[in-house]
Amino acid sequence: MGMKPSPFGTQIPYEEKELKVVGSNPEARPDAVDKVTGKARYAADINLPGQLTGKVLRSPHAHARIKSIDASEAEKLKGVKAVICRDDLPDMPVMHAAAGEIMVNFRDVTRTIMAREKALFDGHPVAAVAATSESIAKAALKLIKVEYEVLPHVIDVVDAMKPDAPLLHEDQITKGVEPTPEKPSNIAAQMVSKLGDIEEGFEQADLVVEREFNTKAAHQGYIEPHASLAIYTEGGNAEVWTSTQGHFLIRAQIAEILKMDVSRVKVTPAELGGGFGGKNMIYLEPLAIVLSKKSGRPVKMVMTRDEVFRASGPTSGTNIIIKIGITKGGKITAAQAILNYQSGCFPGSSLPLCTPTAFTRYDIANVLVIGNDVTCNRPKVTAYRSPGAPMIAFGVETVMDEIAEELNIDRLEIRLMNAAKEGTQTHFGPKLGPIGFIETLEAAKAHNHMKEKLGPNQGRGIATGFWNTLGMETSATLNVNQDGTASLIYGTVDVAGGMRTAYSQIVAEELGIPFKKVRAIQSDTSSLGFNFTTAGSRGTAAGGMAAVKASRDAITRMCEVAARIWEVELDQVVWEDGHARPASSNVGEFEPLSLAEIAMKAGFYGGTIAGHAEINVTGGGPGFGTHLVDVEVDRETGAVKLLRYTIIQDAGKAVFPEYVKAQFHGAAVQGIGLALNEEYIYDENGVMANPGFLDYRMPVASDIPVIDTQIVEVPNPNHPYGIRGVGEVPIIPPLAAISNAIYDAVGIRMRDHPMSPPKVLAALDEAAPATAAE
Amino acid sequence: MTEMKYEVPTSLDDAVALLADGKGNAKVLAGGTDVLVQMHMDLIEPDLIVDIKNISELRQITKEKDGYRFGAAVSGVELMDHEDFCQTWPGIMDGVSLIGSLQVKGRASVGGNVCNASPAADSVPAMIAAGATATIVGPKGKRDIPVEEIATGPGQTSLEDGEIVVSFFLPNAAPGTGGAYQRFTPRTEMDIAVVGVGISLTLGDDGVCSSAKVALGAVAATALIAEAAAAALVGTKVDKAALDNLAAAASAACKPIDDKRGTKEYRIKVAGVLARRVALIALERALGGKE
Amino acid sequence: MKKHHVSTTINGDEVDFLCETSETLLDVLRDHLHLTGAKEGCGTGDCGACSVTLDGVLVCSCLVLGVEAEGKEIETIEGMADGDELHPLQRKFVEHIALQCGICTPGLLISARSLLEKNPNPTEEEVRFGLAGNLCRCTGYQNIIEAVMDAAQEMRGA
Repeated sequence: MGMKPSPFGTQIPYEEKELKVVGSNPEARPDAVDKVTGKARYAADINLPGQLTGKVLRSPHAHARIKSIDASEAEKLKGVKAVICRDDLPDMPVMHAAAGEIMVNFRDVTRTIMAREKALFDGHPVAAVAATSESIAKAALKLIKVEYEVLPHVIDVVDAMKPDAPLLHEDQITKGVEPTPEKPSNIAAQMVSKLGDIEEGFEQADLVVEREFNTKAAHQGYIEPHASLAIYTEGGNAEVWTSTQGHFLIRAQIAEILKMDVSRVKVTPAELGGGFGGKNMIYLEPLAIVLSKKSGRPVKMVMTRDEVFRASGPTSGTNIIIKIGITKGGKITAAQAILNYQSGCFPGSSLPLCTPTAFTRYDIANVLVIGNDVTCNRPKVTAYRSPGAPMIAFGVETVMDEIAEELNIDRLEIRLMNAAKEGTQTHFGPKLGPIGFIETLEAAKAHNHMKEKLGPNQGRGIATGFWNTLGMETSATLNVNQDGTASLIYGTVDVAGGMRTAYSQIVAEELGIPFKKVRAIQSDTSSLGFNFTTAGSRGTAAGGMAAVKASRDAITRMCEVAARIWEVELDQVVWEDGHARPASSNVGEFEPLSLAEIAMKAGFYGGTIAGHAEINVTGGGPGFGTHLVDVEVDRETGAVKLLRYTIIQDAGKAVFPEYVKAQFHGAAVQGIGLALNEEYIYDENGVMANPGFLDYRMPVASDIPVIDTQIVEVPNPNHPYGIRGVGEVPIIPPLAAISNAIYDAVGIRMRDHPMSPPKVLAALDEAAPATAAE
Repeated sequence: MTEMKYEVPTSLDDAVALLADGKGNAKVLAGGTDVLVQMHMDLIEPDLIVDIKNISELRQITKEKDGYRFGAAVSGVELMDHEDFCQTWPGIMDGVSLIGSLQVKGRASVGGNVCNASPAADSVPAMIAAGATATIVGPKGKRDIPVEEIATGPGQTSLEDGEIVVSFFLPNAAPGTGGAYQRFTPRTEMDIAVVGVGISLTLGDDGVCSSAKVALGAVAATALIAEAAAAALVGTKVDKAALDNLAAAASAACKPIDDKRGTKEYRIKVAGVLARRVALIALERALGGKE
Repeated sequence: MKKHHVSTTINGDEVDFLCETSETLLDVLRDHLHLTGAKEGCGTGDCGACSVTLDGVLVCSCLVLGVEAEGKEIETIEGMADGDELHPLQRKFVEHIALQCGICTPGLLISARSLLEKNPNPTEEEVRFGLAGNLCRCTGYQNIIEAVMDAAQEMRGA
């Protein structure tokens, strides 16, 4: 599997030391001024002379065989320079690779970006045109005649699992089940992870609680729609500027899909307007390249908002059954999760990544997690910030609350009693190293939030979350300039604007020079070795590791130059406070040499100074968080108002603390949106009914209360600065925290997501039938 | 589509002529906050856009002897900035201020809100409750109709080819009148109303309600006048019993559908809840001596 | 097809452009005038990323036709700073980390400036409701609200 930790990985152990730059908030952020003045260049802001506008024709049907495509009328329209469809892209065999936190199969990837035999979801690309203006391109789409044979469709995961459900792939036999089923089904695969003996575990329990939860699909909701600009040159090279979290991954995907040499594809990541996992995949890039090849001109393609919703990669809708067994005294003896996840029209949901998160916060001897990956007529899912985990936590943390109440144990205490810690055996393989989960629970217990008084119809909820940190291939180059400044060329896309600052802080710390003297520059694919996409909270952790290694490599180079200048051995030179110094006075009375002095002379003494890192980072530290939320429920309308919110999370080491807190805010608010109002709504034809920001209801400023944050630091022992990834954990607890708060407020348990007003009101009515006339 | 024409007449006669002339595929453009959205979503493809914002009659806000008149193309923000209008008609402004974000209100007009004929239009229920009329000009001349007669169904109006709504008129309310509008939305802002309720009520010197009007939005094909609901208030001091009756009658009057914004049951329930809340605000305003 | 010739003022400069009837002001700014600060997040007025002011009024430029700009004064994010000197709102956004990916930032700054012009001393709630027309997915709004309140205080000379 592409994401298995490598035995040849790089880990640099944590060193406790006094820090000058890392851990404080720098006064300037390199990306900010361009962004506040509108000068930052996102993919849709980039233009090439002579460029054409590309547009995609999309299936209006949720499920249909594509019998024929006739583009002849469109090709004749004045201003149209190229039209493409499935015939212009090669077919692909079954071939797996990692794309962020999801595995992909190239046979399916090519069919995702351009339908071949069938249209499998409303919005599925069927053809594309390039024309001299947007209005001509749109007119051309209307002239393309597609003959569809409409087939019955299935949308919901539970419906898709039924034996008589409409089948998307006639040859799909469920993998991972013994014996191999005879009949095909929409269940693409089953995966099982276990520890101990689950039956035995439930027998030891005094109380067993089993509950079912249903969640709807949601979208990452980045404000920037996908945009790509491509030019295919006569020489057979393609150059692409695109909105992506991982340009090297995009390059690899383009090369596979178009059967081009990787060396002939260059991808430049533009400033990213939000990704959250949804921009790890190709969508427009290959289409733009093929259109460019056919037309002989650059082609720019930008998705509209409804295309983003219908045809990029949302999350899975799920059906989850959680069963927990516990002793009277409050010790969990067994935990089981059945996770039915819809993967969209092709197999490959986030189950492999999120099943490990199911119970990892707790020390449980007997665990069984069964995941079913289910295809249905929706866009293929991709990752969304801790993909799949919020839904499981919704289930587990709500059941934990129920258990606590049943056993009359405090909600925080019950979690403390069962908390995972260093040495805890997880159910997915490894034992945990040092972690900060208990610290976050203790901090929650002591937090002022717990002292706030609650009024009528107000309640408080608690929930916790865990996510691991990916490492993977990371490359960076540190160039030392002749004036004593340092340029770090990095390849992990800075998805939220803070990473390049953190890297600069790390380099400044390593080299012993002021933060202002360091500049972090995003590379294109030509300038560095391969970098895995920015996913799995790896941005600062893995990118930071590479920055450290490249810095130390550069320091060795500089010490070598100093050694040559002083005519001593390399091990007689040390680096301290931004200077090369003799290791002791025995070596000789040499004046310390600064970066600038060494850099000026380096050419003569062997060559310019650059430090390199081309590593596979392992030892990513798991992150844990505890959230507290207070809500007020309007009993007459079901509206849930958030009164206050607190996030406590272990960051290992916060390089840029205020930025870490900002990440906490953003992810938690996405979680709040998931909890309250965000959902994909389909009509009876399998067409998405709310593909816009009006009816796909993301939180606005007035929906959100003040959020308090607290960073806990239990250093990751496998990282020189102790860094743990922080970006994903905060989206995990909100669903359960809010559900638990609603219970505390008005006594109803919400197990159906989103917890929108009609659902809350219906649950209230069901629980206590109206006595007074309304 | 690429041949779409744009005209900006400066007189009503010119506008009427342009609209009557178009083969029915002309669109009136005021704030554009519905028209441009519909064009963007390929729901409409007009051959001609008639921009009416340069016609002075459509842009004035005037206090007349018998009431307030404001042009159909006056923007939400222009109304919000008119202090006297806001003080005189707080119930109307409840609705106008909810038409959309500040950006949308910078352009959106009540004329557009009414003529777009969404059952959930926020300006409509309070205007109906206040007894507003619309002045319409067309090829056959001028006419005045109650504002509730404009929308005939979702996206449909009673306007004939070439007709434009020029202005709205709010007759001076009797002393002791208060009006209000509230709606239910899942988020605090930026949503289309799931249910909207506009109420106007008048109290006599004895504190007894002498007349009332209740209009419900988003619970039928057009805004509904709930007569039984209004009757529940008349002759009472708007006490708990009256409010209970009001709520029940409001719920009973609903003829809603299930859609992506709400279910039938939910709308029926919440209509009653909102009616009660709106009536209390209208009552407070009536007691406060606001007209 | 014949395009419209439009004369307008943008950030104080006289500007002329050609456009089709169907092109929005946002299309014109981004595609013809290379003023790419205003962004298209949705094209339907639901996200505020395209916010500009038109004769001093805050609007979504995706809801204005290019041709409607005739004779009007438009202010975009590119005109917010005074040469090298950032507007207090811009400075405070940077200080308070009120932006991460930054795609919603131009729209938010234009909205915030309009908000403070009308209400120089807003409460936190007024700021939250006043900025409800601008979606942000990265920040959770907290730091944005703090930045606006802090800028308002500075601009009042308080």
